Amino acid sequence: MADLKLQIIAQLNLKDLKPEDIGDDQPLFIEGLGLDSIDALELIVLLQQEYKIKLSNAEDGPKVFQSVRTMAAYITAHQPQKE
Amino acid sequence: MSEEKCITASCSIRDQVIYINSKPVFQNKELPISGFLDKAYQHFDIRYPKFYKMDNLSKLGLLCTDIMLKENFKAGNYQPDETGIVLMNASASLDTDIKYYKTVSDIASPALFVYTLPNIVIGEICIRNNFKGENAFFVFKQFDATFMTGYVNNLFDSNVIQACICGWIELLEENCSLVLLLVEKQKANHSITFTEDNINKIYRVENG
Amino acid sequence: MSASVLIAGAGVISAIGNNIAESLDALESGKAGMGDMHWLDSSHHGKLPVAEVNLSNKLLAERSGLPATITRTALLSTIAAKEALADSAIENFHELRTGFISANTVGGMDKSENFFAHFLSSHEKGKLRNIIHHECGSATELVADQLGISDYISTISTACSSSANAIFFAARLIKHNLLDVVIAGGTDALTKFTLNGFNTLMILDHEPCKPFDENRRGLNLGEGAGYVVLVSDRVASSLKKKPYCSLSGYCNANDAYHQTASSPAGTGSFLAMKGALEQSGLSPADISYINLHGTGTQNNDISEGTAIKKLFEPSYPKMSSTKSFTGHTLGASGGIEAVFSILAIKHGLIYPNLRLVTPMKELPFIPETKFLKNEKVIHVLSNSFGFGGNCSSLIFSKL
Repeated sequence: MADLKLQIIAQLNLKDLKPEDIGDDQPLFIEGLGLDSIDALELIVLLQQEYKIKLSNAEDGPKVFQSVRTMAAYITAHQPQKE
Repeated sequence: MSEEKCITASCSIRDQVIYINSKPVFQNKELPISGFLDKAYQHFDIRYPKFYKMDNLSKLGLLCTDIMLKENFKAGNYQPDETGIVLMNASASLDTDIKYYKTVSDIASPALFVYTLPNIVIGEICIRNNFKGENAFFVFKQFDATFMTGYVNNLFDSNVIQACICGWIELLEENCSLVLLLVEKQKANHSITFTEDNINKIYRVENG
Repeated sequence: MSASVLIAGAGVISAIGNNIAESLDALESGKAGMGDMHWLDSSHHGKLPVAEVNLSNKLLAERSGLPATITRTALLSTIAAKEALADSAIENFHELRTGFISANTVGGMDKSENFFAHFLSSHEKGKLRNIIHHECGSATELVADQLGISDYISTISTACSSSANAIFFAARLIKHNLLDVVIAGGTDALTKFTLNGFNTLMILDHEPCKPFDENRRGLNLGEGAGYVVLVSDRVASSLKKKPYCSLSGYCNANDAYHQTASSPAGTGSFLAMKGALEQSGLSPADISYINLHGTGTQNNDISEGTAIKKLFEPSYPKMSSTKSFTGHTLGASGGIEAVFSILAIKHGLIYPNLRLVTPMKELPFIPETKFLKNEKVIHVLSNSFGFGGNCSSLIFSKL
């Protein structure tokens, strides 16, 4: 999850934040980090670029990106197996 | 003839020096443009985290409007739909268009795409300041003070707006030139009249 | 100061027709313009419906009188602007003070993106002439030359509200007696740049769009150009042909909410529509028809619908989104829809909102789904809401 936090900060240009500032279960959207719909799309890009996971249905976004923990769980469950 | 409006504040940038009301307030000639904008943001303690997500044109517009308005604008004097914004440049959003297009060959970046229009900088300034008045973005080969005075005066005279942020905001890669003016009806301590001559003086002083 | 600004001519080209007559036929027969891409060479071929103009660059060039190497944006613009000029039949056009205010968002991007692909592979590759007309103002100047206009030329670029803004800027120039005749509107060609960008925002429908339907899934991109010829009442009184109508109201406001999404309450839309009504001296009940911005995205339609509810309740005029025919033509949409609005007044038409099956549950009104003729269409409100929160509304009125 620490790696994921660094990736989120880089992808979303959250320059004022350090990984320690993001709680594992802190809501990412609305309250918490206060991310918006464009940030959600960038997280979809992050999943694809770093983890080769394609989220084609934008409506699944809110569940998957609820917190760093839910994101990490989704990645573990869906990451394509390495040969 | 309608009464003359007043330039109650101005901001300009040339060679990575920021001037407010013709006095230099910040400079950094060592860093590239993005570093310069981020450093200025930190220096003026703006505290608006969304800044970092913006493209360079929007950062430039937001930063300069913020520091220009800080000591010089009483937001409480106006309703949200009474403040208008009229900006112009030569390169539209080309700086971001180029950066965005480089991502298309891999995965197109949504965060960059939203900035591939020159008027988004106006949107960002409006969101920051809750301005809901008329706004327009023009693309001209070069800065045109005649057009600007005519257009903005007309907005005031037709009662479309009561205050206006207007100017030239040009940025393409490492080249940046900006002249922003706060125009109001009431005189203030150091205000000068909103005329072509005065505007050209401000533009020329900063541009040699 | 001219008391009124009148519309003396119009011209349009889009996926549903290469001129006014073809467009009216398509609107009446319900024939929409979206489908598989023919001219654009994109990896989304077969996956994303688009609404392209049914002519290759070569044919567009022949019809416009410009070379085929010129950006498609300028080719489309020339054809529609020339139709508008001819339609206005102003005999002493070149003796008057004339202007051309054109809007676009892509400029010469169709050519630049092809150049860029070659250039990225090797800096020796790519023809430099393909990027000469990249910037937005260039397309405007090329077309102004074709029209023989040199007194006043300007380019506006404010996303999807661009050409609506061009039209009312032109009206101001006439009202203040700076010009006598202005051709105003906008143009945009389809490009990979925009298609990929909108796709990455996940607001494109993979099927033909359904504006204002409960199950809408996004917009379809389109291309085209639309222009109107605005004249002062002094010029209008000298014309043999009766003007279509007047431009009686206009307003622009900023939503101040998000770079690309509209506020849930539709504040910017509400302010723009309300301001246009105030300027025209009309009340909501006077509006016969609203040409909706109606892109078909979840966000726009609820935002625009909420603003309409607030402004018009309890009684609503007929309304529809012609983007269900032409797709979203971005910088050209305000211009194309202005042309459809004035034709609605001239011929007493109400256009249908295609593919609306399930009305939106939050809204107490339903757009019109049938094409209607012989209607009393006196005042038409046309909405154009752009990225950057830039919201514009125009009102056209029967004389």
